[in-house]
Amino acid sequence: MKVGVLAYQGSFEEHYLMMKRVLQERGGGEVIQVKRAKDLDVDAIIIPGGESTTIGMIASRLGLLEPLKEKITQGLPVMGTCAGAIMLSKDVVDAKVGKKNQPLIGSMNSSVVRNYYGRQRESFEATVDLSEIDGEKERFVFIRAPAITKVWGKARALATLNDVIVMAQEGGMLATTFHPELSGTTKVHSYFVEIAKK
Amino acid sequence: MRLYELSFHEIEEFFYRLAEVRDVLKGDGYLSFLPELRTDLSPIQGTTYVKHAFPIFQKGGVVMDVTNVEQAGIAEEAGAVSVMVLDKLPYDVRKAGGVARMADPKVIEEVMNSITIPVMAKVRIGHYYEAKVLEALGVDMIDESEVLTPADEEHHINKWEFKVPFVNGARNLGEALRRISEGGSMIRTKGEPGTGNVSEAVKHMKIVNSEIRAVKFMSEEDRVKKAREMQVPYQLLELTAKLNRLPVVNFAAGGIATPADAALMMWLGSDGIFVGSGIFKSQDPLERAKAIVLATSCWEDPEVVLEAQKMISEHKSMMGMDIRTLKPEELMQVRGV
Repeated sequence: MKVGVLAYQGSFEEHYLMMKRVLQERGGGEVIQVKRAKDLDVDAIIIPGGESTTIGMIASRLGLLEPLKEKITQGLPVMGTCAGAIMLSKDVVDAKVGKKNQPLIGSMNSSVVRNYYGRQRESFEATVDLSEIDGEKERFVFIRAPAITKVWGKARALATLNDVIVMAQEGGMLATTFHPELSGTTKVHSYFVEIAKK
Repeated sequence: MRLYELSFHEIEEFFYRLAEVRDVLKGDGYLSFLPELRTDLSPIQGTTYVKHAFPIFQKGGVVMDVTNVEQAGIAEEAGAVSVMVLDKLPYDVRKAGGVARMADPKVIEEVMNSITIPVMAKVRIGHYYEAKVLEALGVDMIDESEVLTPADEEHHINKWEFKVPFVNGARNLGEALRRISEGGSMIRTKGEPGTGNVSEAVKHMKIVNSEIRAVKFMSEEDRVKKAREMQVPYQLLELTAKLNRLPVVNFAAGGIATPADAALMMWLGSDGIFVGSGIFKSQDPLERAKAIVLATSCWEDPEVVLEAQKMISEHKSMMGMDIRTLKPEELMQVRGV
């Protein structure tokens, strides 16, 4: 299995290490960085946390956004964390400044509010119950995190925190508003590998 | 993409071991200068984990110095990961002389309300209260910066006390680790601000890299001696040697003016770039900002850096100055060691 990490900006190195460990545990596989359209020959892709405006802009400038969109629509499994969850969502607004015109993938039936909890001052760590994916209660950070305010169609919520959706799935698409790549567990990454293999 | 031996979480575990030490020491009535222990499992803000995590999401990006809302809008449009609000660009601070202080909170607030990306601001070295004011204002990160006139010639701020993350400048490994052991969540090279000359940033990054390499291959007793010389906790030096890099995010700053400058610093091992005067002291700020963003995230690909370099014109770059023409008292990098 070959997993790509969109490596322009953000927590791409953290995803790289976590995914590498997961694949090692499962008997092998390769993790590569994706920056240009020619790198898109992968079995699954991760869109990391970072600034969604920056990631979207660079992807669109380098001609990666359209082919990536197409691949994801055709069923390429994708995990988006934080900024990645924003990129995947069909409907994005900012909690403070409202709608901004930013390049997105927009493939998942979900509504996302950027900077939902506020600024860095309101960023926090919390315990999230992963029982829906056969995991335990684990500690995660939420950094200037978005919220998934609504899912519809085939999309469903996998975890919530105080009634706000923090993890959702639609087929091969997995979105989290927290950061499994900074946590002490590889559970979310290995769950993604499982759904990508289906 | 670089592969490290330890995950973010494993690094944080180290800091929480220190917090446990603090807890014991505090219980015994000793002074402690260490991270706070997290005690309960409810959602909690401002922990070391949360402060160290913020800069992770800046990696591969460009933080741009701005002085007003208009410039902040340009920075966001160009793809900056954050803006740094200051009263005057470093180049103008250098020209103006006098005492340089933190920016006007009203301006910072206006910028915070106008863009969606994080907003940082600078405070004077050791100025506990400018930092408290900015924390109350709600900026996303504070830069305890040598660009401003130091308020305390002897000490830096005890950054463990704050819930907001700090970034600090460093010229060598000792400075970097001292700032981390004071609670800094991110390091940047000092370079020589406001010069448009990248040479000092290169020098500082290379010094840090070669010191880390040296420490990695040292015997344990030499490492203990080195930690004493650097006046840093031995354990922190040990962690750095094991990681083969600084244990927090490390950016380049000071004199970066072109896409190629940014790519050079990334190649030297920076996690990202701060651009001060380089953008808004040039004749083509928007294009230049876009080009530097592109070159920073795609530094491994010379074709993309070439494309970025073509987006700007050397005629429009800021003039820049030779470091050797600066008098010793004009150097900003020697402030706050």
